[in-house]
Amino acid sequence: MGQTIIEKIISRNTGKPCVAPGDIVTVSADRVMLDDIMIPFIVDKFQEMGFDRVWDPDKVVLIYDHLVPPSQLDDIRHYKAGDEFAKKYGIRHIHRSDGICHQLMTEAGYVKPGDVVFGTDSHTTTYGCVGACSTGIGYTEMASILGTGSLWVKVPETIKIIIEGTLKEDVMSKDIILRIIGDLGADGATYKSLEFCGSTVEAMSISSRMTMANMAIEAGAKCALFTPDEKTARYCQTELNPFQKSLSGDADAVYCRTLTYRAEEFVRVMACPSQVDKICEVSRLEGTVIDQVFIGSCTNGRLEDLKMAAKVLEGKKVSPYVKLIVTPASRKVYEEAMACGALKTLASAGAIITHPGCGLCCGRTGGILCDGERVVATNNRNFLGRMGTSKVEIYLASPATAAACAAAGKIV
Amino acid sequence: MEQFTGKVWVLGDDIDTDIIIPTEYLALKTIDHMKQYGFSPLRPELAAMIKKGDIIVAGRNFGCGSSREQAPEVIKALGIRCIIAKSFARIFFRNSINNGLLLMEQPDLYDDIKEGQEITVTVNQDISYQGKSYKVSSLPDNLVEIIHAGGLVKAMRKRNGLD
Amino acid sequence: MGMTIAEKIIALAAGADKVKAGDIHTVTLDRMMSNDGTTHLTVDMYHNQLKHPRIADPKKMVFIVDHNVPSDSPKTAASQKKMRDFAREHDIDFWEGQGVCHQIMMEHYVCPGELIFGADSHTCTYGALGAFGTGVGCTDLLYGMVTGTSWVLVPETVKFHLTGKLPQGVYPRDLMLTIIGTIGASGANYQVMEFCGDGVQTLSVNDRMVLCNLAVEAGAKTAVFEADEIALAWLEERGRKPKAVFKSDEDAVYAGEYTFDLSKIQPVAAKPDFVDHVVPAKEVCGVKIDEAFLGSCNNGRIDELRVGAAIVKDRRVSDHVRFLVVPASNEVYLQAMEEGLIDIFMKSGAIIMNPNCSVCWGSCQGVIGEHEVLISTGTRNFKGRAGHPSSKVYLASAATVAASAVRGEICTADML
Repeated sequence: MGQTIIEKIISRNTGKPCVAPGDIVTVSADRVMLDDIMIPFIVDKFQEMGFDRVWDPDKVVLIYDHLVPPSQLDDIRHYKAGDEFAKKYGIRHIHRSDGICHQLMTEAGYVKPGDVVFGTDSHTTTYGCVGACSTGIGYTEMASILGTGSLWVKVPETIKIIIEGTLKEDVMSKDIILRIIGDLGADGATYKSLEFCGSTVEAMSISSRMTMANMAIEAGAKCALFTPDEKTARYCQTELNPFQKSLSGDADAVYCRTLTYRAEEFVRVMACPSQVDKICEVSRLEGTVIDQVFIGSCTNGRLEDLKMAAKVLEGKKVSPYVKLIVTPASRKVYEEAMACGALKTLASAGAIITHPGCGLCCGRTGGILCDGERVVATNNRNFLGRMGTSKVEIYLASPATAAACAAAGKIV
Repeated sequence: MEQFTGKVWVLGDDIDTDIIIPTEYLALKTIDHMKQYGFSPLRPELAAMIKKGDIIVAGRNFGCGSSREQAPEVIKALGIRCIIAKSFARIFFRNSINNGLLLMEQPDLYDDIKEGQEITVTVNQDISYQGKSYKVSSLPDNLVEIIHAGGLVKAMRKRNGLD
Repeated sequence: MGMTIAEKIIALAAGADKVKAGDIHTVTLDRMMSNDGTTHLTVDMYHNQLKHPRIADPKKMVFIVDHNVPSDSPKTAASQKKMRDFAREHDIDFWEGQGVCHQIMMEHYVCPGELIFGADSHTCTYGALGAFGTGVGCTDLLYGMVTGTSWVLVPETVKFHLTGKLPQGVYPRDLMLTIIGTIGASGANYQVMEFCGDGVQTLSVNDRMVLCNLAVEAGAKTAVFEADEIALAWLEERGRKPKAVFKSDEDAVYAGEYTFDLSKIQPVAAKPDFVDHVVPAKEVCGVKIDEAFLGSCNNGRIDELRVGAAIVKDRRVSDHVRFLVVPASNEVYLQAMEEGLIDIFMKSGAIIMNPNCSVCWGSCQGVIGEHEVLISTGTRNFKGRAGHPSSKVYLASAATVAASAVRGEICTADML
């Protein structure tokens, strides 16, 4: 019987000829990612568990991003804990201010197609954009992987999502994934793997795929996979081996559900306060007055996103009394956006360009809002209180839509 | 068979991890520092009212969102004995088991129950509320092992010959 | 008997022919600036303490959000919203996230001969253009806002005669720290520091801002330069005209006089926890640092970014140092981007923050932790100013800060 992508990856990883949904297996981690918020907790658990060495320090990546730049005194403690742990156990891969973890993991080549990767952040699903099985875990499990190199998983069922055709010009992959989350519901893919295919997906850039894989967790998914292709190979600076080339769903693979879309039918949408699956067409929200716009995050802070925002804001100004905050996803994205003039256009329009990091998306700093304020944001969650108080209204949108809203001062 | 009775707090669908413990407080030194902010975006008064042995009953997708393990730790530190929901988000489920916080999936109780009432839970068997029995299924073996060890940390200590 | 520049500005604002030190005069204010440090308090008082309040002239008011931007908490956001809503309602010029208040004021508003109140102690910066700018509390600002006037006690003026030219690798910041170290943190209490002499000709408006800005750290009410050709050319480039251009009279009365030979100035640092605790930078070399800050209303302009970038070019910031680079305004940022400086900083591993007060104010982004050491181009090194009470702050020039960021310990640029 045929296999889905996730089944192929887990089979290969565990050395079994085939695995089936529901099987409980132990996988070996090809790479793990630890972020700054969780590091002190991971270190504590690791020590409590009694490990005296990290199973493979070269497979470990430490990334400081949620707390960069430090905004509270306690933040420094997290850096120190990370630095000490890295020194003690010989971990060389450490990024102290280079950007958001998920962007760095793919961009810096830590993740390859077919890898099994765990991270202490729920948006670890992002690496499915290059065909890696990657998922978020808690700090206790991370501590145990650091000691053992392995973790038990239940092989998930797969939902296949087929998208065929050409997108309208103003529609971005963010609009697609929001619509899919709306259709599946916030728990519609719980403990399942998503598998994307079809001509629309094949035509997409890695960045666009990344946005979709990133947000799969908002439907509860364990991971979200795209078949590696030539674009993937270029992005990962690798040549695909036969295993990596085989990572597409077999014709006779078993899917628990299949969704089929026509690309032409997608329109610009937003997730309305305060559920990610509360999806509404932008045309039905037009005229809603806003206070702030945020373009950034591991979901939508990449070069193509910033270029799109710059295209929309070229020669325009941010609406008076509205704040536009732009946070490139990584140092590299920042440099590239500067080189192509996108940052110049955005700053000239009055945008506040901040250093790459998670600050605002995770609600730490960098544009926190207060009661009665409304924000259009390109990040991944609009939960109650996520970017300020529980009386802040968060609308999630694509970078194109967000930039247009910034210029208009209202939803357009 | 383990059995206990507790007072119920009722929460809705999609109780996310930012509601359980907002990011603002995630870098506080200890779970004890954090727990007073539990559920603050939704019900700021709740954390102070929860008593040891209380039970949370909720709707679908409890614990959706972030991988932050502070979420189940805060709930446990507040004294919650177990959470009964229609369904749980995946990472939260694993994190809870690893910390020895008992979770049960039960499709009907949430629709019937009122906050402040008492229920009696018989682990791996059923929940009794106003004379009615609500069945719960038992956990897979590998999770039972972790729970029996007293959580993942203890299981690893055992593996490393420490306990 | 003649008048000094400061006295002439006050006389003009008071409608008096002559004023002298010690007089108290009612003056008409030319402009008032308020930032997010205190504006919410002013707005509260406006609504709660006054009967039928009105603003004398909204066109004279400027509100600037710069201290905590983008906001770090709902509380901050609420106070900024109050400010934004008030500005909108009363048609007050409003800037948010576009730069540090004094930089915005210099780029867009300040004119020679003006008398300006700002609800921030470093308002003395405006003396670089021959204006009288001084810091006030929010109650004084409120009074000015509703009446358009205020009272001033005419301060004495102290003359700082500058001769010669700064050596290569020595900056106006070294000069001003040296002056403060010489006269002490209260050396110019309630006085005006007037800079003159042939050395002034070697200083750009940017350089003069560095000097005036720190005057308050010597206790001065303000500092002032004559609006000479250099200042007027700078102003004209920005399409503004002076209100009045004043020179001090030859027979003006000074409370004191100092002479500084610029060619003798060396790189210096102010040690924790006082701005006048100034020593040659070489004396503190070797102190291990955790963070370096290049920015602020004192030292975050294009000149300083050029100096810093030249030092970090093709080098890497030490692994264990957070190097925060914070342009003083969006205009400075765009210029620095155009010149390739931002790219150099990015490649060196620096953290480039949006224009704001950052760690100079210590409450928002870039705070330093327990026992950490910061070397900074900010304005103050008071105990706990930049974070934890046990942390230490050294003040130095952009060159010394950038070199230290690379080395991971305090060092001067020539030691790299």
